[in-house]
Amino acid sequence: MAEPRPLSREEYAASRLQHHFVSMEQQRDASTLAMWVFLVTEILFFGGFFLTYTVYRWQDPVGFAHASQNMDIVLGTVNTAVLIISSLTMAMAVHSAATGRRKPLLAYLSATILLGFAFLGIKAVEYTDHIHHHLFPGPGFRFPGPDKPAAEMFFSLYFGMTGLHALHMIIGIGIVGTLLVMAYRGRFTPEYHSPIEVSGLYWHFVDIVWIFLFPLLYLIGRHLK
Amino acid sequence: MSAEMTPPLVDAPPRESFLTAGYGVKSWLLTRDHKRIALLYLASITFFFFLGGLFALLIRLELLTPEGDLVQPETYNKLFTMHGIVMVFFFLIPSIPAVLGNFFIPMMIGAKDLAFPRLNLLSWYVYMIGGLFTLWAVVHGGVDTGWTFYAPFSTVSSSSHVLPAAIGIFITGFSSILTGLNFIVTIHTMRAPGMTWFRLPLFVWSHYATSLIMVLGTPVIAVTLLLVALERIFHLGFFDPALGGDPVLFQHLFWFYSHPAVYIMVLPAMGVVSEIVPTFARKSVFGYRFVAYASVAIAVLGFLVWGHHMFVSGQSVYAGLFFSLLSFFVAIPSAVKVFNWTATMYKGSISWRTPMLYAIGFIGLFTIGGLTGLFLATLGVDVHVHDTYFIIAHFHYIMVGGAIMGYLGGIHYWWPKISGKLYSEGLAKFAAFVVFVGFNLTFFPQFILGYLGMPRRYHSYPPEFQVLNVMSTAGASILGFGYVLPLAYLFWSMRYGRDASSNPWGATGLEWQTTSPPPTENFPVTPVVDWEPYEYRPKKEVAAVG
Amino acid sequence: MSDPVGPHPGGGDAVRPHAMTEHIVSPKIYVAVFAILLLMTGTTTAVSFVDLGPWSTVVALGIAAFKATLVVLFFMHIKYSRPLMRIVIFGGLFWLAIMLLITLSDFMTRGWLPVFQRFEP
Repeated sequence: MAEPRPLSREEYAASRLQHHFVSMEQQRDASTLAMWVFLVTEILFFGGFFLTYTVYRWQDPVGFAHASQNMDIVLGTVNTAVLIISSLTMAMAVHSAATGRRKPLLAYLSATILLGFAFLGIKAVEYTDHIHHHLFPGPGFRFPGPDKPAAEMFFSLYFGMTGLHALHMIIGIGIVGTLLVMAYRGRFTPEYHSPIEVSGLYWHFVDIVWIFLFPLLYLIGRHLK
Repeated sequence: MSAEMTPPLVDAPPRESFLTAGYGVKSWLLTRDHKRIALLYLASITFFFFLGGLFALLIRLELLTPEGDLVQPETYNKLFTMHGIVMVFFFLIPSIPAVLGNFFIPMMIGAKDLAFPRLNLLSWYVYMIGGLFTLWAVVHGGVDTGWTFYAPFSTVSSSSHVLPAAIGIFITGFSSILTGLNFIVTIHTMRAPGMTWFRLPLFVWSHYATSLIMVLGTPVIAVTLLLVALERIFHLGFFDPALGGDPVLFQHLFWFYSHPAVYIMVLPAMGVVSEIVPTFARKSVFGYRFVAYASVAIAVLGFLVWGHHMFVSGQSVYAGLFFSLLSFFVAIPSAVKVFNWTATMYKGSISWRTPMLYAIGFIGLFTIGGLTGLFLATLGVDVHVHDTYFIIAHFHYIMVGGAIMGYLGGIHYWWPKISGKLYSEGLAKFAAFVVFVGFNLTFFPQFILGYLGMPRRYHSYPPEFQVLNVMSTAGASILGFGYVLPLAYLFWSMRYGRDASSNPWGATGLEWQTTSPPPTENFPVTPVVDWEPYEYRPKKEVAAVG
Repeated sequence: MSDPVGPHPGGGDAVRPHAMTEHIVSPKIYVAVFAILLLMTGTTTAVSFVDLGPWSTVVALGIAAFKATLVVLFFMHIKYSRPLMRIVIFGGLFWLAIMLLITLSDFMTRGWLPVFQRFEP
């Protein structure tokens, strides 16, 4: 009994076409547009938090600045770099898939995941530190001086915004992990790799949110004494 | 006038269609067919509609007498809260898009399904899970903050089940986002050959505009509810003045979504009217492009007016001026549509079928609601009538006299296509009449009550308001009866109704070019479009593409 | 058929000159963008220690916006995408701007009318 002949690249790509689309191109266009529209919803979602931050910082800029001095600028800068590197590895993963290079694809996806975990690990260290110093908002919050209300507002926003961001990172790691498994099983070809492209868009977006969070949370009080 | 066939009197075997393609619970609960998903939604939203109606009934019963003698004040607070939450988030917002939009958008553009059928199914499950959370809150004692969840009551003081209700709405919001996303991508990428943007039915334009709002606005209510939840759980101070927060910020965040949300509720109904009127006037829509542009204009301008809910909140007077001015502007595209529908009917050949009755009812009642909206946009008037029954009458004229009549009109217009059956026209006309009379008797007195000063959300009132309240409650009972009738005769028609032809109304539009009910893949062959919309002349044959 | 529509035989939007994903960006560009991003990160951290008064925020957000633009253009391929994607992004950012600016305009103009100050505690 003869073994089934493996699919050619064209046949495989054709098998990935869903029945309600007329062409791979249409399917790819639809997924890309869908991800961009979804990212717009994320802009508005984080946007509500950014609005809240803006209003309260405008009301007490000095209080916010004093609170921000309690952030660890080294860890924050390192984390920003970690995410930027992960964006590079994610972009390279897409490139590897588009050029049909499986081993680099697996390597770059794995690197992205590791960097994601590194980011979360550093955030965990920061959170633990803040909690030890009674900077978690609520009844146990302690902050010397007249800026206590503003500082508590600052830290409410800090934990809320970075927490929401971290949740998105966790989801992103899950997505890239799934891609890694699929890539390991040889599911991606130059003709069919839109899941990687589209997940890349999500990953870069989460990086961009942090690019804005970093200066707003870590860098506002540095020049004050 | 219509191309209706005389249906066979013999009990014919069921025709092959999306309804017969697979039996059993699994074939429905795991379906990817947009038409079946639309019917799943139809079942769920009907349930929530009658649940919301039950709360309304209890409210109106309490308000029969001036004293608060039916329920405790706290209970009354829960009644109007649950009425609002269920009606807004679980009925009005999904209704037309999730049922009629899901069913007909792919057909109207000549596609086999939406862009993401599995996402569509997920959207229904997400809606149901959100609904379950909210039901849990209802069953365990309800929420008493008002559907508007104003802080700091909702975040600090209320001891009711704010969190489960907020979580429920948060989750259901994602259903809205996914539906809007699916529609936008579908309309951009899956139109049939020849179906250019300006050949699209206006129903599709309305839903495109609605989807823009869903996608841009819903995330903001989501993050707002998240902030409320965080504040409640961790005792934070985003909106609590005692901790440096500002309750008005909550209102800005809340209304940034909730005002555009009312356009999510009314734009699809306008889309339905834009389909019904040309069909039953046998005339092309007057000023098609203006109606299309007006839909998008409503969506855009609708995002710039939210502060008109906050004129007396402590918001700055200058912001109030801005919002008042923009609120006047947003009335213009709506008025354009009303003019265009009227002009469509002028010198048309009107047939007074049930869908047309609902459409004309919509036009009249929406106009009244919209005009009273202009009164409210006027800062000085709003200061007087804010938080009175005038407001309640205003938005019920739009939501019930407008959106729900649009919904019922659409259900009656497309029922033959969806079910393959005809309902009893006599009973349907009667029900439409009952709805119209009941509606006006319920809500017109409320304009007067509000103007005279009766505040909203109070379970008792001064005795001099009783007559008008009794009229309103009587109207509500009639209205309720009017809503139950379609439930009865539409169900009845599924079993005993006469078979419908593919185009019982003689309408244009791709959905009428296929069988009633349609096959799973919608069209046996992909249509190629080379005619303009609403061409009421001898119909061109659909060209086949192999 | 009278109307030429779409790159897709099944329909869809107007014809594009070339499909987006056929354009493969060179890794050299990625590495160059990456280097600039790291450089700008260091810059923004360093500059934050300098007292620029009200310009501190402008500079910090300006650098962040510049970094974000690079990520969007090159890592997210907007430079090589159809105009529709740019409209989508612009729409999202515009809507965010509306929400921020109009809400802030309330807070910032509250004290302008002397009448209400009489009632403040």
